[in-house]
Amino acid sequence: MASITLKINNKEVSVDVDPKMPLLWVLRDVAGLTGTKYGCGISQCGACTVHLDGNPMRSCILPVSAAANKSITTIEGLSDDNSHPVQQAWITEQVPQCGYCQSGQIMAAAALIKRIPQPTDKDIDSAMQGHICRCGTYTRIRKAIKTASLISTQKASKG
Amino acid sequence: MKTSKQNISRRNFIKLSGLTGAAFTLGFYFPANAKEAKIIKADDASVLNVELNAWISIDTSGKVTIINHRSEMGQGSFQSVPQIIAEELEVDMNDINIVFAQGSQTKYGSQITGGSSTIRGSYQRLLKLSASAREMLIESAARQWKVEKTECYAERGHVIHKPSGKKLHYGALVEEASKLQPPAQVELKRPSDYKIIRKPLPRQDTPLKTNGTAIFGLDKKIPGMLYAVVERNPRFLGKVKSFDDAAAKAVPGVKHVIPVKMRVFSHDREGVAVVADNLWSAMQGRKALKVVWDDNGFEHHSTEQLYAKMNESFSTGKALSFKTKGDAGAAYATASKKLEAVYETPYESHSCMEPLNCIAHFKDNKLEIWGPIQGPDWVQKDVADLMGLKADDVTVNMTFLGGGFGRKAFLDYPHEAAVISKAINAPVQVVWSREDDMTQGPFRPGMVYQCRGVLDGTRMSSFETKVAGQNMGHQNPGANKKSYNSSITEGFLETYLDSIPNYSFSDVPLESPIPVMWWRSVYSSTNGFAFESFIDELAVAAAMDPLAFRRQHLWNGRYHDLINKLEEVSGWKSRSKNAGFGVAITECFNSIVGEVVKVSKATDGKIKIDKIWAVMDCGWYVNPDIVKAQVEGSIVMAHGAAVKHATHFKDGMAVERNFDSYKMSRINEIPEIEVHIMDNEEKAGGVGEPALPPFTAALTNAIFDLTGKRIRKVPFSLDQV
Ligand code: FES
Ligand code: FES
Repeated sequence: MASITLKINNKEVSVDVDPKMPLLWVLRDVAGLTGTKYGCGISQCGACTVHLDGNPMRSCILPVSAAANKSITTIEGLSDDNSHPVQQAWITEQVPQCGYCQSGQIMAAAALIKRIPQPTDKDIDSAMQGHICRCGTYTRIRKAIKTASLISTQKASKG
Repeated sequence: MKTSKQNISRRNFIKLSGLTGAAFTLGFYFPANAKEAKIIKADDASVLNVELNAWISIDTSGKVTIINHRSEMGQGSFQSVPQIIAEELEVDMNDINIVFAQGSQTKYGSQITGGSSTIRGSYQRLLKLSASAREMLIESAARQWKVEKTECYAERGHVIHKPSGKKLHYGALVEEASKLQPPAQVELKRPSDYKIIRKPLPRQDTPLKTNGTAIFGLDKKIPGMLYAVVERNPRFLGKVKSFDDAAAKAVPGVKHVIPVKMRVFSHDREGVAVVADNLWSAMQGRKALKVVWDDNGFEHHSTEQLYAKMNESFSTGKALSFKTKGDAGAAYATASKKLEAVYETPYESHSCMEPLNCIAHFKDNKLEIWGPIQGPDWVQKDVADLMGLKADDVTVNMTFLGGGFGRKAFLDYPHEAAVISKAINAPVQVVWSREDDMTQGPFRPGMVYQCRGVLDGTRMSSFETKVAGQNMGHQNPGANKKSYNSSITEGFLETYLDSIPNYSFSDVPLESPIPVMWWRSVYSSTNGFAFESFIDELAVAAAMDPLAFRRQHLWNGRYHDLINKLEEVSGWKSRSKNAGFGVAITECFNSIVGEVVKVSKATDGKIKIDKIWAVMDCGWYVNPDIVKAQVEGSIVMAHGAAVKHATHFKDGMAVERNFDSYKMSRINEIPEIEVHIMDNEEKAGGVGEPALPPFTAALTNAIFDLTGKRIRKVPFSLDQV
């Protein structure tokens, strides 16, 4: 056990846990942020994706000690009112079915359009192919990423 | 529409909805021995002491509360049911508050979300119930105004008197309406008059699923809850011989290590549970646990053995006849133009994105369960039986389901949670790892099909299919193993048979300890591949266009309409020869789906899927966008089973344990999917499953069209055709 200070969604949180415990379980079971999901535990499905200093990261294989002093963003911190362009696009295109994979998909998509504001189909393929959706929402995810890119360019030009 | 996340008991519902207060509540119930549901007011129901099956309750503020008695696993019942009610009740979707019901077979009849039945099973009753409530509200307004009822109509939660323009809010009418009797007859709207049904309204649960607030089973927590993980025997009938828990108990946080059994059909699956005050400790404890298994005397089968057995059984096994006409055997023996082919399909894992999990709290001979559960009423009854409780002492609460596909209709995981909670005398959440979820089954059974056909000119004169594989029904305690499998024609367009003089469908059951069960579209998921591949082979042998070949065997206009639509949208007629087009049409849960797949060869010689067209005829439907989403999802799941994944067995255990070996379809592999829905006056068919069965055959038929190579065994790799 060790006391570790984490910065989750811009808030400092102090946790007393096994430093080897993956960030996923700290977020879900210690910090009470259950929006980040467990799907495989071996970095194969993307359900557990969060941002670490702005980059998408699989929290299921990341020991919590490696996240200390870094800025962690979870789905709950992307926006609290579904106002992020990716969340808006996900609602517009009615992407989720069961919804279980979608926190991870949304976090990956948000990182993608931040890095590449107007992603091509190839960019989408390479950024998103680590994410499994058993309900098969892939065609809508592709569409929604393009919609999100549109929404954020409009926002940028307005703001 | 608002959705309330809390689960409610009947008593709470009464409080919440004001059932006994100044609210107008109408429901239906099934009188003993009656075929039809009867609509009745809540007050009368309590006098007669009948339990209402479903309710609509309108309070004095005009708010409508309804019970959602189905689970939400992605199929959109959250949206579809209120859309139906809002249409005939004439209220805005925003005025509807929907709450989850708890599992109770006596109250709701079957609540199972399976067989694509959510809408199919209940829509006519819901329409009638809503229309009855509307009529009673109109009637009470007319009485108040002392005008003819026919001069009044309802709109957006108000009753309006046409001549005078007078208007009354539903809320102001509930007291009077409660005093009226439901009308004996109500007229339902024609689909062309719908204002809410048939509109692609956005799903109300979507925002909960884009900001992480939707609570799935794994997210649910109850006060004082402990966490358990279970090391189960990896062989299907194996037992626990002994275990050493010293190291496991030394892990900080670990509280108990106990042997546990859960029911899987007629057997008990044995394991050892590690219970801790947090999940991570339980997982660490499990790693430190040492278990010695007893696998003595149990068959350590492998995939090779299973399929060798099935293939052999066509000649050595006794075929159990399901359906026959004429003499298919003789027709085949004497025919000059005939064809035989064998098709092979694999075992599959459901692999819902949310692995299995369940919370149970056993206390004072009562049991409460929370979890992602497809069939709460079954769980209530069956777990009560297994635990020696009365069904009324078991409460089942549903959360959102991270996928179901049939797997979450099984009772093993709630049963196991109940057993552990009882043993440790505390509420507990049992969490399955992905590996547990993928290796324990029940699986989709792999089936082998031997098809024989005879052509008379360009028409089929005989069609014979022998199916080898496990019969799910044979697993139940006391099952008659000599009973035939009545599901072996599912998926097939049985209308074909009207024009075929000789046919025979039979099965040779494979008895195996591998537990098997429903997987999205059940036996149709494999039948569709065999039947629609073989029809394609016969069309080729008859030197006919595959769609024209099918059309000439179908007399019913509904099928012709679907074929015409499919031809039109896919550009079928203008395609060039061997351009890589394939088609398949199947029928499942009363819906007919046709799919066209277009493939091409990439420069590296690998097959690429360019586009998929699907035409869905599900008869009456609610929300076109939800129908389309279900078709898209079914196709993607079929794609995975066709070209990506399968479960193999070796030494009595499942080989594929996680997504590194059980490879899923990925976004870069799924092309554009264009979905069309037929508009007609047919009854509602299923939506969540019927688009899965035709895909594989449409794909392999397309590959044949392009390359001349016939694929009869799935899964196969698109990279190595
Ligand atoms: S749970 Fe982390 S990648 Fe699957
Ligand atoms: S929406 Fe169900 S797994 Fe993606």
